[in-house]
Amino acid sequence: MTIPEFTAVVAIVSFVAGLLGSLTGLGGGVVLVPLLTIFFHVDIRYAIGASLVSVIATSSGAAASYVKEGFSNIRIGMFLEIATTFGALLGAFLATRIPTSALAIIFGAVLLYSAYLSRKPRPPAQRNLPADALATRLRLNGSFPDLGGERSYNVQHVPTGFSLMFGAGALSGLLGIGSGAVKVLAMDQAMRIPFKVSTTTSNFMIGVTAAASAGVYLSRGYVDPGLSMPVMLGVLGGSLLGSRILVKAETKSLRLVFSVVILVLGLQMLYNGLWGKI
Amino acid sequence: MPAIQAPVRPPQPPQPPPQTWDDHRIEVILGNLLRGGVLLSAAIVLWGACIYLSRHAHEPADYRIFRGEPSEYRTIHGVIESVMNGRGRGLIQLGLLFLIATPIARVGFSIVGFALERDRMYVIFTLIVLAILLYSLLGSGLGG
Repeated sequence: MTIPEFTAVVAIVSFVAGLLGSLTGLGGGVVLVPLLTIFFHVDIRYAIGASLVSVIATSSGAAASYVKEGFSNIRIGMFLEIATTFGALLGAFLATRIPTSALAIIFGAVLLYSAYLSRKPRPPAQRNLPADALATRLRLNGSFPDLGGERSYNVQHVPTGFSLMFGAGALSGLLGIGSGAVKVLAMDQAMRIPFKVSTTTSNFMIGVTAAASAGVYLSRGYVDPGLSMPVMLGVLGGSLLGSRILVKAETKSLRLVFSVVILVLGLQMLYNGLWGKI
Repeated sequence: MPAIQAPVRPPQPPQPPPQTWDDHRIEVILGNLLRGGVLLSAAIVLWGACIYLSRHAHEPADYRIFRGEPSEYRTIHGVIESVMNGRGRGLIQLGLLFLIATPIARVGFSIVGFALERDRMYVIFTLIVLAILLYSLLGSGLGG
């Protein structure tokens, strides 16, 4: 393929990944790295660098439309960003040390886990939990607009959530993904933050987390301008379109299709990593 | 004895609610800042893409083997120099640097927001996040 042909095909694939990632809430970055490495035979380090850049673009691009709804909690986000940025820095340094086959295996495992999480039914939200002393001192408790007016919530298990966030940051730095699934797991399941607040706050944190490892990737020569350009523009365009049609689209069957895609890509990455093909 | 009447006030025009630096208002400003930063960087990347694609129209694309980028695309100094030389890939890289700077700028502005709310604890938390981000950007060799 010549450079213009390659650029056009990668841009289209990235656009579709960004669109589906935004419509299903599963994120586009998670499928980009396997697609680039398996179908375009891109070295996984270049793929991770390009994906990381696109993650910053989607997170920051969508932030303006999320905050107007009044769901995201800036204090929860900023407090947990201490853990995610520190983890991301560590992950990025680790990525430059460990062999690419190990990266592929970890990536495969994360994809399989994301596919599992996306199919698992969420337990119903518990209401009126007692205030946690640490969460109160950190001023993490908040409220959000609900059907019957403002609904307040009390954040639980702050140390567990903080540790999970460190892991989410490390995965993000290691694999060049937003790791929104782990972030939502930490906030929604461990800290018992309402789902809507968790997802919008997570979106905000993803960009800052990715920026923490992007500097390391760029200075190590993992961010190729020729590859990152179509990936970033494609994913950004797709996710901006996705956030506009989100309300009208039937996302349930779409989510099923996308989680099957993630499952297949995860198995392929595991196979390639274990048999040393990456 | 006649009841004491409260002095009748002339009807007042409805006052707008006092503007305060609450979290939501800060969030909306920062959200727009982020979107502006992303659109600016996308425009720079697109501009660089036009130059790059027009100059390399017939070369094959190959990313199979990792070579690492040359220093002109790995440091802020090198990127600026290659933009000065009119290189398309230098412009793309400049756009990507703007993109990375956008969430960092948001964290920087959040410090101002928390300071206006006189929330010292969160000013400190945000300073820690900013320090980690600046270390990543400048301490990892990018600043050279």
